[in-house]
Amino acid sequence: MKTVTLTVNGQSEKLTLAPHRTLLDILREDLGLTGAKRGCEAGECGACTVILNGKPVNSCLVLAVELDGAEVLTVEGLGGPEGLDPLQQAFVDNFALQCGYCTPGMILMGKALLAQNPRPSEAEVKEFISGNLCRCTGYENIVKAIMAVAAGGERHG
Amino acid sequence: MAEHRVLGKSVPRQDAVDKVTGAARFVDDIQFGPSLLHAKILRSPHPHARILAIDTAEAAKVPGVKAIVTGRDCRHYIGLYLADRTVYATDKVRFVGEPVAGVAADSIEAANEAVKLIKVEYEPLPGVFDPVSGALGRDVLVHETPASSDLWWQGLPCITTKAPGTLLHEHLGEYTCAPFIHPVPGTNISNHFKLRKGDIDRGFAAADVVVENVYTLPHIQHSQIEPHAAVAQVDRAGKVTLWASSQSPNAVRKLIATAFELPMSKIRVITPYVGGGFGGKAGVTCEALVVPLAMRLPGYHVKLTLTREEVFQATFVRQGLVARLKTGADKTGRLVALEAELFWDGGAYTEYGVNITRSGGYCSSGPYEIPNIKTDSYCVYTNHPVGGPMRGFGMPEIHWGIEQQMDILAEKLGIDPLAFRRMNALREGSLGAFGGPMEGATLVDTIDAVAAKCGWGGPVPSASTAHKLRGRGIACMYKAPSMPPNAQSSAIIKLNEDGTAHVLTTAMEIGQGSLTALAQIAAEELGLAADKVVVTLPDTDYTPYEWQTVASRISYSAGNAVLAAARDAKAQLLAVAAQVLAIPATDLVIADGQIFPLANPARKLAVSDIAMGYLLPEGAIGGPVIGRGAFIPAGITGLDKETGQGDKPAAFWTYGTQVADIEVDARTGEITVLKVTAAYEVGKIINPAMCKGQVQGGIVQGLGSALYEHLVLVDGKPLNSDFVDYKIPTATDTPEMDIILLETSPQADGPFGVKGIAEPTMVPTAPAIANAVYHATGVRILDLPLSAEKVLAALKKKQTREN
Repeated sequence: MKTVTLTVNGQSEKLTLAPHRTLLDILREDLGLTGAKRGCEAGECGACTVILNGKPVNSCLVLAVELDGAEVLTVEGLGGPEGLDPLQQAFVDNFALQCGYCTPGMILMGKALLAQNPRPSEAEVKEFISGNLCRCTGYENIVKAIMAVAAGGERHG
Repeated sequence: MAEHRVLGKSVPRQDAVDKVTGAARFVDDIQFGPSLLHAKILRSPHPHARILAIDTAEAAKVPGVKAIVTGRDCRHYIGLYLADRTVYATDKVRFVGEPVAGVAADSIEAANEAVKLIKVEYEPLPGVFDPVSGALGRDVLVHETPASSDLWWQGLPCITTKAPGTLLHEHLGEYTCAPFIHPVPGTNISNHFKLRKGDIDRGFAAADVVVENVYTLPHIQHSQIEPHAAVAQVDRAGKVTLWASSQSPNAVRKLIATAFELPMSKIRVITPYVGGGFGGKAGVTCEALVVPLAMRLPGYHVKLTLTREEVFQATFVRQGLVARLKTGADKTGRLVALEAELFWDGGAYTEYGVNITRSGGYCSSGPYEIPNIKTDSYCVYTNHPVGGPMRGFGMPEIHWGIEQQMDILAEKLGIDPLAFRRMNALREGSLGAFGGPMEGATLVDTIDAVAAKCGWGGPVPSASTAHKLRGRGIACMYKAPSMPPNAQSSAIIKLNEDGTAHVLTTAMEIGQGSLTALAQIAAEELGLAADKVVVTLPDTDYTPYEWQTVASRISYSAGNAVLAAARDAKAQLLAVAAQVLAIPATDLVIADGQIFPLANPARKLAVSDIAMGYLLPEGAIGGPVIGRGAFIPAGITGLDKETGQGDKPAAFWTYGTQVADIEVDARTGEITVLKVTAAYEVGKIINPAMCKGQVQGGIVQGLGSALYEHLVLVDGKPLNSDFVDYKIPTATDTPEMDIILLETSPQADGPFGVKGIAEPTMVPTAPAIANAVYHATGVRILDLPLSAEKVLAALKKKQTREN
């Protein structure tokens, strides 16, 4: 067992962990943050995407004991129902979700893209989210939602 | 037409905020605390083997293991249309991945360890790995098969004839089945659907052009991003509560009641959000596996979440199909005859798949009028994963061949393929393959809409570079909901004190937007704003019966039940309001939560003031308003066992057309789908944005099935059970989509005219792309998928031939 201290959605968490457990495990099971989803547990679908130290990662591929001092942002750390993040609002407005299982990962992927490239082209958006699988929407409305925030600046904020 | 206030508007999805904030709970998200146990399943490594012995002694000693179950613990046969399977294998295993034993332990690690220590002695048996040889059953039966099944497939490269002597289900004749399913005992044919319309010989005699081809489709996987999951808990009184990622809460309850001899009143199925269904979570999949474990461990919550590999191997797959189609037309371009032999690769158990065979059979003409038809549609047991419903329920499969036949015939006749389809399209009153008149047949509307939108007949833009070939192809489709003739829906609407309403149904939100669509129907009828009506997720103890969320039937069938419940609630509100206002109820209307006479809108009562009844000086009247509604489609008839003829086998038909613009890279064979133009006629659109979303999603799923999806099975073993080796479309694969939704023929018995749309959206995509490939290259490919390798090989072959 190893003890690590990390910041999750702005909150400091001290956790004692078995070394084989993944970031996805501890988010879902120890911290009750189930926004990150289990889709494949092999880094193939992107449903468990969270932002780790500013970069999007498949949390199923990250061992939690590596995370001493790390900062993690999950979908729960974005806005809540009373004040949605502009990208969350854009997903609502653009019908960019159906079953919703890929949605938290997609939104965080979109956030990560816009943080590094606030004015992406449509092709850049598609390329950036191509590791996040969605089986329902055909992606068009997801791309639209990300582009709406990219192009709209503060409009949704 | 009456002006709608809520219906036809793109009101926001009821579940959107839940889903963008991470608040939406799926089964695996529910926290059960210290009572949670983890289940793991020991699965068969063999495609076909007899189980000689199972030894669980070592496994039981693993610390943390609480219970182990095997086929001994649940011997009852279950199935939706044909009861041919047990929860765990009993005498034999019939596919790689079949559940043999289940373990519950206090950690996943302990459960996995125990699974490894269970010893099973198998006697491997020969397997059946293709539906055509499988259909022959035992050698001795070869000469007894119908003459139409003469060995026409010999020598065709797509067919192997391995192991024809193997029977998968020796007791097929003893299985119970729905009256419209016709197993052939002593064979591997679990359903033989026969259709005989007109006179096939005279039909072909009148044909000037006849085209005959064999089309094949591999197994594909639904690939919902949420893996299947179920949690069972049995309390001390023996009540079973099941949390399930399911499209079919009531079917799960019914089949589990049968499997474990329980009264339905002692089974409660709770279905939170489902992370994608597409048919793969219909009927029973993994839900029953945890029940016998939970029965041994009262109080505990026993949870099974499938791994991605298990989802690929051990949940429903779309059945493979070998389709021989012989189609004839006269020189004026009229279709005159069709002979179809459909061999469905049903897999090891066909409890659900048998009905796909039936639908594929009675729809075997495609959306065209053909006077003479002979169809034999066989559901065949093989030692492959279990075939089940998948978006389209047989229609993507049969249209793959039908729509290429249309192009080939049109070319031979020198007729434009769009014009050829238009000429032969089912129209109002045309006789369908099943002999009955078609109602609301709007194929021509969708053909015309697509033609206008994409500029059909005009020049196709030239390719982006010299080594790319540009092409355009068309395909049409029709589909009806396939369900028992009496598939039921029901709904309850409870008015709340503040004038808001709850709608209770067991219709399942699987992403298609049923919560929002049903809320819009209720709100429209009740005169409430859409956001004042909340539709709840199913809990079979509290929500009323719904057959299943499948067949693109929810907006229609559950929608009708909700509409009836809303009318009932509205009548109760108006009766009280009439007394309070002293105005006849017939003169009153409800709008925006207010009840008033049309002639004098100022004299109004709020719904919230009377939702719980009303206190008049002379005493209270009314009471809490509860509306109830139920629906069974009227007038659906059976089909004759020998001829497949009848009046009306399905509630309604949805028609659509797609045109695909593609480029083929002549150097690599890679296909890029540039644009898909699609038109669907849906009767009445409830929510345009959601409706369009269905079409977008269906086109991209269709594109995946066209270009790369293929569950590779070698001697029954799946070789690509992950998203690296089984590719589904990503954002970079999506084409431009131009979508047209028509409301030209409101469904007479649909709520506000609604027809289903979800499944039809993927049906024509693959054949439209195949027709475009032919247009671009002159190469015609009859077996899916249109992989780059296959296209390149075909291009090279053509080049060699031409040189």
